[in-house]
Amino acid sequence: MNGRSPTIWQAMQARGYTRRDFLQFCTVAATLSGIQLSGLGKVVHAFETKSRPPVVWLHFQECTCCSESFIRSSHPIVADILLDYLSLDYTETLQAAAGHQAEKSYHDTITKYPGQYILLVEGSVPMKDDGAYCMIGGRSAEQILREAAKDAAAVIAWGSCASNGCIQSANPNPTNATPIHKIISKPVINVPGCPPIADVMTGVVAHLLVFGRAPELDSQGRPKEFYSRRVHDTCYRRPFYDAGLFVESWDDDAARQGYCLYKMGCRGPTTYNACSVTKWNGGLSYPIQSGHGCIGCSEAGFWDNGPFYQHLPAFPGFGIESTADTIGALAGAAALGGVAAHLVLTNVRKRQLINIDKKAGGVAAPEEKEGGDQ
Amino acid sequence: MAQKVQSMAGVRAQPRIHAYDRVYVWELPVRNYHWINVLCLMFLIPTGYIIGNPQAVFSANEPYQQYWFGIVRFTHFASGMVFFFNFLFRIYWGFVGNRFAKWNNYILMKKAQWRKLIEVFSVDILQLKLTRPMGRGHNPLAALSYFVFFLISMFQAATGLALYASMSSWWFPKLFTWIVPLMGGDMAVRQWHHMAMWGSIIFIVFHVYIVFYHDYVEGRGTTSGMISGWEFERKEDE
Ligand code: SF4
Ligand code: SF4
Repeated sequence: MNGRSPTIWQAMQARGYTRRDFLQFCTVAATLSGIQLSGLGKVVHAFETKSRPPVVWLHFQECTCCSESFIRSSHPIVADILLDYLSLDYTETLQAAAGHQAEKSYHDTITKYPGQYILLVEGSVPMKDDGAYCMIGGRSAEQILREAAKDAAAVIAWGSCASNGCIQSANPNPTNATPIHKIISKPVINVPGCPPIADVMTGVVAHLLVFGRAPELDSQGRPKEFYSRRVHDTCYRRPFYDAGLFVESWDDDAARQGYCLYKMGCRGPTTYNACSVTKWNGGLSYPIQSGHGCIGCSEAGFWDNGPFYQHLPAFPGFGIESTADTIGALAGAAALGGVAAHLVLTNVRKRQLINIDKKAGGVAAPEEKEGGDQ
Repeated sequence: MAQKVQSMAGVRAQPRIHAYDRVYVWELPVRNYHWINVLCLMFLIPTGYIIGNPQAVFSANEPYQQYWFGIVRFTHFASGMVFFFNFLFRIYWGFVGNRFAKWNNYILMKKAQWRKLIEVFSVDILQLKLTRPMGRGHNPLAALSYFVFFLISMFQAATGLALYASMSSWWFPKLFTWIVPLMGGDMAVRQWHHMAMWGSIIFIVFHVYIVFYHDYVEGRGTTSGMISGWEFERKEDE
């Protein structure tokens, strides 16, 4: 890592890629980051001239599914380039270095390239007990994160753990697992999902490389190009939904017909992700296409919205089986009971009051009987 | 004007016809608000419930020939819009309407209102005291229940529009999307929207019952008042 690092084009040449491979890579990167064909020149130019940014990839409380997803990017060249040539200077999962060597390369990167390196964070940060639940090299996740984020050119939160806490932060959140945007003050690009789709991840990185700045984000810090629509909006089972044709149980005829999984607890209508467009594993399939409802893995707090196979979530504090409807029906019945009791009470207590009027109408004005009030 | 039943019992020996004043209480816009609301809720509650728990439908038709769930949802959204703008109108009328429609009936800020509320509670709900009804328009307890219902309406409109925003390209529902992250995602918004529906069902149970109760016990035209606008008040003749 001496002096100016080579551009992506130079790095590719050094690895024996042809110009054609390079242009192919540029086209895919452009598509992934939502740039239209007329903008291709810009992408080519960027990759020819810009030196590849150093990358620090931190792992905290997580299961590494984001890394696993990322290395399965559907386009081999893109994955190759972004992994090999992004110069992942520090990533616990993939680096060859270990121990002091690894620590050194991390420190080298953040001290040599302030304001240039991209920080990718996978996993949430435990804030309870001074962060004792996640320590690397004798330091807490929070300390490392703050230090690494200070001079980063951009910060990306990979996956639901880093973006919204995921399973570690599910009730009762024993370690006070915290998403990173709540810890550092810098803008964070949230790429939620458990894991996020590989092509979405490469798309976000490609956007950063091409434009040198973050893609347009929504109010929750998610790139709009991938997270502005619900899984439900482009789901191929949507016509069944509108027709009111639902799977009622996993082994019924409707399931065989491929009807909508809404009543089986599909979270597609409340989940913002690109699954039904981009799909998984190179556009092969996605959960709903495989016959299983969406579990809402890219939504904050999705673990607490269970059970997954039930449309309405369980109502907290009332046992796993009771939904808002159970509670509502009970309260409604109680209201009706109260009303009935009051009706009886009224007829007992206010009898006299009502009778006086009855007599007043009936006795004193017999001639008005027909029209008399009752 | 409240009189103890004991004194009433004295009158019992020589009953007579009571004279009533006819008082114009509910102006036309208030009555319109009320009945449009009733209509909206008659659509909103069943359709909303069905959206949460769609029935299994068996039909020989091809799926592309069916659209019943779409129609249910459309009905819900359309009546929701009417409900919301009707509600806004009522807020406006709370500032320009007559003294029975004014906002300060519903937000109890005066000590006297609270004192009366306690009295109404002991006379009408617990029935500890047997006295004649007092006042016209809303009593403070009723007003408080309407205030709670206003809050439910506001909550339902806001959460409903926030959920609706993702299926609409109209700018208006987008004004409410900030609620979603605040409540912790679409799933939570949907859950609370559903819960509040039960709130309005319970309100309707109490409201309809207590109106009939008042008419039954007091005979002042509480029910027909919301149709004609007029209520009756017994003249102080006894
Ligand atoms: S399967 Fe899920 S995402 Fe697809 S239409 Fe049905 S509810 Fe929506
Ligand atoms: S379909 Fe839903 S649960 Fe499955 S990966 Fe996509 S967002 Fe996550």
